[in-house]
Amino acid sequence: MRHLSKSDKSTLIIVAALALLAPFILNPFPEGSALAQFNAGYPDLMQRFAIFGILAIGFNILFGLTGYLSFGHAAFLGVGSYSAVWMFKLLSMNIVPAIILSVIVAGVFSLLIGFICLRRSGIYFSILTLMFAQMSYSLAYSVLTPLTNGETGLQVYNDDPQYLMGPNSPTVTNLFGLEMRSTFTLDLGPWAFQFNFGYYVCAFFLLLAFYIAIRIFRSPFGLMLRAIKTNQTRLNYTGLNSRPYTLAAFVISGMYAGLAGGLMASMDPLAGAERMYWTASGEIVLMTILGGVGTLLGPVLGAGFIKYFENIFSKINETVLHGWFAFLPDGLNDAIVWVLHFFVGKGWHLTLGLLFMLIVIFLPGGLMEGWTRIRNKFRGGKDDGEAPSPTAATTPAE
Amino acid sequence: MSKFTRRGLLKSSAVMGAGLAMPTLITSPVAAYTNEPTGGSVTLGFNVPQTGPYADEGSDELRAYKLAVEHLNGGGDGGMMNTFTSKALKGNGILGKKVEFVTGDTQTKSDAARASAKSMIEKDGAIMITGGSSSGVAVAVQGLCQEAGVIFMAGLTHSNDTTGKDKKANGFRHFFNGYMSGAALAPVLEKAYGKERRAYHLTADYTWGWTQQESIQAATEGVGWETVNNVLTPLATTDFSSYIAPVLNSGADVLVLNHYGGNMINSLTSAVQFGLRDKQVNGKNFEIVVPLYSELMAKGAGANIEGVFGSTNWSWTLGDEGTKAFVKSFGEKYGFPPSNAAQTVYAQTLLYADACERAGTFNPCGIVESLEGFEFDGLGNGPTLYRKEDHQCFKDVLVMKGKENPANEYDALEIVEVTPRAQVEYAPDHPMFAGGSLGKCNPGA
Repeated sequence: MRHLSKSDKSTLIIVAALALLAPFILNPFPEGSALAQFNAGYPDLMQRFAIFGILAIGFNILFGLTGYLSFGHAAFLGVGSYSAVWMFKLLSMNIVPAIILSVIVAGVFSLLIGFICLRRSGIYFSILTLMFAQMSYSLAYSVLTPLTNGETGLQVYNDDPQYLMGPNSPTVTNLFGLEMRSTFTLDLGPWAFQFNFGYYVCAFFLLLAFYIAIRIFRSPFGLMLRAIKTNQTRLNYTGLNSRPYTLAAFVISGMYAGLAGGLMASMDPLAGAERMYWTASGEIVLMTILGGVGTLLGPVLGAGFIKYFENIFSKINETVLHGWFAFLPDGLNDAIVWVLHFFVGKGWHLTLGLLFMLIVIFLPGGLMEGWTRIRNKFRGGKDDGEAPSPTAATTPAE
Repeated sequence: MSKFTRRGLLKSSAVMGAGLAMPTLITSPVAAYTNEPTGGSVTLGFNVPQTGPYADEGSDELRAYKLAVEHLNGGGDGGMMNTFTSKALKGNGILGKKVEFVTGDTQTKSDAARASAKSMIEKDGAIMITGGSSSGVAVAVQGLCQEAGVIFMAGLTHSNDTTGKDKKANGFRHFFNGYMSGAALAPVLEKAYGKERRAYHLTADYTWGWTQQESIQAATEGVGWETVNNVLTPLATTDFSSYIAPVLNSGADVLVLNHYGGNMINSLTSAVQFGLRDKQVNGKNFEIVVPLYSELMAKGAGANIEGVFGSTNWSWTLGDEGTKAFVKSFGEKYGFPPSNAAQTVYAQTLLYADACERAGTFNPCGIVESLEGFEFDGLGNGPTLYRKEDHQCFKDVLVMKGKENPANEYDALEIVEVTPRAQVEYAPDHPMFAGGSLGKCNPGA
């Protein structure tokens, strides 16, 4: 922490506080109230927030700093998940070897893909990564079925070897005996706050990932990556070979995705091929753009935003809507529900699409730009030194 | 933001550390089992595909679930509760608690289905998860429920693996499976098409497709057929023409479509458009077989299914009292007859509720005990047994055929034969089902 500037330190502390208090922040409505539908403070979703946060931070190191838009990042996530589940199958349900292997395998895999794809830039690079991701998906889906169990998904079975399992080892994912699923519920009046061990493991990795990202952003290496984004041709003319830098950024970002994949498998030991599908890669791009490309905090916010919609809005069905508008006369109630049901339940994509459109049109810098604007309004546009250096945070999306 | 002092930082990091350690230091207050219902209601989780290739089946399942909840709470005409041989259900909810439900979309994807089931268990406090229109999803969710300590009542899942190598103590299946389809279909196919046939399989590339193909191949080879080829097709395929074209030159005279839902509608339509059914191969008429049928598929495929053989778990055209009662209350509520997907999930919901009543608890272990070896009748399938060894229901299987001149779009299938239960039974350690173990029931918490 010593090496961080004051503003970075406070950002890190804010993120730490948010991560620590997430069970409270995400559960603002009492149990049983009509608004409890909008609570997001249950372990599975909180874990997803943290995991996809890590994924988006990693993606942002590549896209936000170098401007290389990878459309195949989900492949690394999938590879990470598969390696983690294989560790569970072969060794034991301890998450440590699983996470280590998933990061390493994703790193090697991204080195391979990056070495080929980074020979081109711009749209060609994007298409190449997309192709590799789709190839990985097809391989996982059918060709490599013995390794991936195809569409059914790789799972841990009772008759797997699990060489490190003792007779008393836990049969669910754990960290040296502490089970990922163990949850402590704090009942405060009508509220019920859930503290899940697995979530705190994810949150720990999120903070670590965030810290490393800050260090990369502020390092000479990070500066070099920004130079690549700004004008790669000029950089090349000065005699610098930029490819080792882009490759390093690509591998780092692939390892982040591998970590996210490993964590995902650690929270729920199953890996499916659809994790590598191109829509999953697209989702990562959306998260980053929604939050703010090139900002530190943006991708995490974007990830949370999308996962919230996916898990909360998709659960609102017509029965729930009818419940909300029950006070209206029948005809009006039916009419309102008929209109709204296109936007919730399976129509959540529509709501998300509309919001995405609004944000990209009015806040091209993503949610972070919105935040900066609000803050500037309150402070009369004065920069108080808290904002990251001008080259960093507020670079608008491409 | 104020300036941070060293002291402040120390303080805040101490608080943080304590906060981080808290969940590990204090263990959760002891509940007897996961999501023990404490209020006046009990929540069931209905996890069905609302998007993807099996969406039609999913929405029909949801209709049946809603009907079952209505009947359990004493609404409507009671449906099959009146014909069910077990009389433990009184129409006042389950164990006196009002039944409520939450729904989720599995998207016909294992990952999404597990996320949805998890949120039902963790957020909504569901005590039982049911649903699934894909065996891949059913297997994935069943594993999750076993770990979480809730009961999984499988919906539409036909893979041998669900109660075979992937069986779990907390999971139960009422629907029939690939082996049963093979055992029921083979004699009928032999009678209709003869002993010397060459079959070409197109198979959905996941657990259900694999095991059904294996079952049908074994059963048809048992009556003398030859298997020319088996081609795996991804579940997400919508255009099957590139898979159909090679069939023409393969020398096969029967095409077996191990497809379901939207996949089957597309592949069958494609096969008919390629003129397969008008062809003569090896001096015989080219035939198509769809081992697993459903009313919704028949409706979707229209005239293409005329004369095509397949099997189903149940049909609304059966004449027994249970079927009549169910078709009547479903028809009155929704205006059309239920599919066999709807029947199986309705039956599963009643069976779960009944098991709770008989066990006197919602504890998964009590329910497992009261469902294992349970014999019942009156749910539309005749006398049925929930076998203890693998949690699979054993009952009659229907062999169906596409009607030549259907009266309406719901009447597209006719019953060719009701294959008796004895003919489709198998040993729990049959090679197609070997490799897994139920393990112990898990009440969670």
